[in-house]
Amino acid sequence: MTLPVQDPSNSFLFGRLSLESIPYHEPILLATFAVVALVGIVVFGALTYFRLWGYLWKEWFTSVDHKKIGIMYMVLGVIMLLRGFADAIMMRLQQAMAFGGSEGYLPAHHYDQVFTAHGVIMIFFVAMPMVTGLMNYVVPLQIGARDVSFPFLNNFSFWMTVGGAIVVMMSLFIGEFSKAGWLAMPPLSGIGASPDVGVDYYIWGLQIAGVGTTLSGINLLVTIIKMRAPGMHMMRMPIFTWTALCTNVLIVASFPVLTAVLVLLSLDRYMGTHFFTNGMGGNPMMYVNFIWIWGHPEVYILILPCFGIYSEVTSTFSGKKLFGYTSMVYATICITILSYLVWLHHFFTMGSGASVNSFFGITTMIISIPTGAKLFNWLFTMYRGRIRFELPMMWTIAFMLTFTVGGMTGVLLAVPPADFVLHNSLFLIAHFHNVIIGGVLFGLFAGMNYWFPKAFGFTLNEFWGKISFWFWVIGYWFAFTPLYILGLMGVTRRMRVFDDPSLQIWFVIAAFGAGLIAIGIGAFLIQIAVSIRDKEKNRDVTGDPWNGRTLEWATSSPPPDYNFAFTPLVRDLDAWHDMKTHGYKRPQSNFAPIHMPRNTGTGVIIAALSVVCGFGLIWYIWWLVALSFGAILAVAIGHTFITDRDFHIPARTVTDTEAARSKLLARGT
Amino acid sequence: MKRLYLAALSAPFFLVSACKTVVLSPSGDVAAQQKDILLNSTYLMLIIIVPVMLLVVFFAWRYRASNRDATYDPEWSHSTRLELVIWAAPLLIVICLGGLTWVGTHLLDPYRPLDRISSTTKITKDRKPLQVEVVSLDWKWLFIYPEYGIATVNELAAPVDRPIEFKLTSSEVMNAFYVPTMAGMIYTMPGMQTMLHGVINEKGIYDGFSSNYSGAGFSGMRFKFHVVSDADFETWVAKSRASDATLDATAYLSLEQPTENVAPKFYSAVSDELYHDILNMCVAPGTACMDDVMMRDARTRAGQEPMTAMNDADRTAPSEHMTHMAPMDQMGEHAPDEPMKADPTGGGMLRGHGLSQDLTPFFGTKPAASSPDTL
Repeated sequence: MTLPVQDPSNSFLFGRLSLESIPYHEPILLATFAVVALVGIVVFGALTYFRLWGYLWKEWFTSVDHKKIGIMYMVLGVIMLLRGFADAIMMRLQQAMAFGGSEGYLPAHHYDQVFTAHGVIMIFFVAMPMVTGLMNYVVPLQIGARDVSFPFLNNFSFWMTVGGAIVVMMSLFIGEFSKAGWLAMPPLSGIGASPDVGVDYYIWGLQIAGVGTTLSGINLLVTIIKMRAPGMHMMRMPIFTWTALCTNVLIVASFPVLTAVLVLLSLDRYMGTHFFTNGMGGNPMMYVNFIWIWGHPEVYILILPCFGIYSEVTSTFSGKKLFGYTSMVYATICITILSYLVWLHHFFTMGSGASVNSFFGITTMIISIPTGAKLFNWLFTMYRGRIRFELPMMWTIAFMLTFTVGGMTGVLLAVPPADFVLHNSLFLIAHFHNVIIGGVLFGLFAGMNYWFPKAFGFTLNEFWGKISFWFWVIGYWFAFTPLYILGLMGVTRRMRVFDDPSLQIWFVIAAFGAGLIAIGIGAFLIQIAVSIRDKEKNRDVTGDPWNGRTLEWATSSPPPDYNFAFTPLVRDLDAWHDMKTHGYKRPQSNFAPIHMPRNTGTGVIIAALSVVCGFGLIWYIWWLVALSFGAILAVAIGHTFITDRDFHIPARTVTDTEAARSKLLARGT
Repeated sequence: MKRLYLAALSAPFFLVSACKTVVLSPSGDVAAQQKDILLNSTYLMLIIIVPVMLLVVFFAWRYRASNRDATYDPEWSHSTRLELVIWAAPLLIVICLGGLTWVGTHLLDPYRPLDRISSTTKITKDRKPLQVEVVSLDWKWLFIYPEYGIATVNELAAPVDRPIEFKLTSSEVMNAFYVPTMAGMIYTMPGMQTMLHGVINEKGIYDGFSSNYSGAGFSGMRFKFHVVSDADFETWVAKSRASDATLDATAYLSLEQPTENVAPKFYSAVSDELYHDILNMCVAPGTACMDDVMMRDARTRAGQEPMTAMNDADRTAPSEHMTHMAPMDQMGEHAPDEPMKADPTGGGMLRGHGLSQDLTPFFGTKPAASSPDTL
């Protein structure tokens, strides 16, 4: 076996890239390309026509403001959700069609890319950016800070995430994406079984995005530890901040493992080493262990902040203090620690001994105890409350009912003898969609509906929000209940065609459910559009539309660049509620100039160069790799010579901004 | 809203009973015990899940903002007694579930030889398990019956009520061997051996397949498992023996080439060493077997002692419960003094395919002390 890296047919100029790499013979991709190109041209044209490029560059792309970066993360997440969902619909259609000798409409070559891309995109480029986006937006406000600890790093992290997403999206039209499943397990992802560019797109997409995720983890961790307002000791931190803290601990501790394991895989693929190969002392089981040592904490990285959102929402909309704050905090910490002790439950069937399997099965069940405690805490927060069923609360109730079922099937899968018959089946697929949609996604929707007025100054349209809610929730149950049943019928995941015609009806129901979810997504987009159209009608002048309890509601909606004119003093848990009940008066005068970080384009430039470098690595265009890598170093070093990094917002401007707010508040009451 | 959820929740239970859920109605004793554990764990968890879900709905309705009759206590946020209950109740369930798990996992360990054929029949001495060696190939299954000297592709047969002992490996990528009606799945991995014990208590034709995605032809990696009477099994063996094809290294190497949706094939004879060589990745002529390489490495401390020092007495005893490095229980087909086969890649143990220079100096091995072959 020779490595393709050394293939003499690779040209110096283009590596292994040739006209053949453009999938112009695949009609589905061609049509997709046409649509993407058309939308791209329209957007580009509109931005140019309305002369928005300068505005976007100055006010958004180069911004180091955590609020704008948070919003950009959310936009990225929503765009990628559309791509990831398109993959989902394609899979559901294929599986609903491919019966009775029919091959469906997707050949293996295409279908295998679709399910791989679906998993990668939904986890890395939808759930992660949206969770990071909410943390980015909300955490500094909740702890009464002006920004994160490292504002430039924040901007850089965001653009590296975008860079990773761009690399993955490029694979649609240049070459192909990985066909090795979302975790790219060797030997299948090794150079022998997957010699083409797909796995390399996967590796470099994740590596580039991984830089962003790790750095943003460090950034938020430091922010929460160092930047809390005076008086906010650890046990007065809002619960969302607590969950964000734990999540970022998990990110900092686990993402380096992913980076390292992908480095080893790329060494196997590029340099001919034998970490995970079949022979020569390599062992693919090692990869499986490594990837799940990252992979299991990853699911808690996603779910913990959502647990935080549910806590904030339940408490706010029940008009009541959170029940059992202390036990909630300890439950979160328990989950954080335990999440490192369960990875083996992802491969009980790989032949570990009974004692090892039992150990990991039982640790997994133990995680359900703090998780269960959290659920009870929400329940008793509702008890003796005055529950307002606004959209965030509706999502929370739907979560409580949906997630409980997912949690139960999860514990079931943690029992090794049960897992032996359900592992890799559609039951498993139903389980993790049950917790990721029912837990993470519902949480993100709760969070978006909850904090949208804070971010934009107007509430989201309720009618379309409810449409979206009902289609999502009912669609979820239609799409995944059949998968639970199919799993019990012994049907395995990632199948492209089926023999047994009696299964078809279930796949048709699942496809119908996916259709309902599509309407849910559409309604969400309409909800945003309608809300923007009616923004004057739904304007929030108070800065506190939900009668909130935490500090983010103490400032205006949207908050000024500097968040708080004076750093708030925290005297109790639920600081803003405490301030309100004790007759807090907004300071009106004696403002001082506020020290702020200056915008910079370095993040965008380095991320763009990283994409170029990744592209060179994927296609073996070595001169491009050398050039772009050199350029990354040069820009990074050059950036350190920029000394003009900060400025002061003059006291005059602060006074004006605050006076304008006073006027608004007076009009509102 | 409530009714919708209730309907959504109860629907599966009605519908599940209406369709062929093989996992819940298996024909093999192991799978039946796995199903019992599955159901018992579910019931245990429902003890806590059902009240919680009902409480969510009840509290949501009871404490709705428009219900001014309900007590409103905005400062109530702590109760030690309640806290105790909400931590202790799940803990109790998990203790029960943990016990069930510990016992069940050990009893139903796929490596553990069966001690019963069904809930009523113990295994008797004369009922020796049927040996089947399984190899997952791209993208079909090879079954070797060492006692009968036959092999089949994509068709498996066994006498009813006869315990079966599977030894499994793979040619290049991972798969999982799964016959839902018999027992849970087990991964098949190249260069490694896993094991599975099972039995089927009812005659019939059952489905088996790969349950771990392995590439383009994965969907077609299915086979029928014929569970028949002892006499019919002999007939089936005879049918296989009557086939023209035999399976030696050459035939295997052509069989190993990727193919999809392969129809069943029978081989009247199979070379004795084939399974060993597949497991040790040395079917192709001129490749060194992993067990030999590992043995030599272990013996010579990374090449510092000459190879010839090894003799039969030094061989490691077969390991009881060993998944991983296959050669452990598969020693001894190749005579130790037989010259080692050269690695076709020309690379050594520590040398990457892509690296041209010899890395030996970096790893401190004296080139002079290494064996005559390139390893």
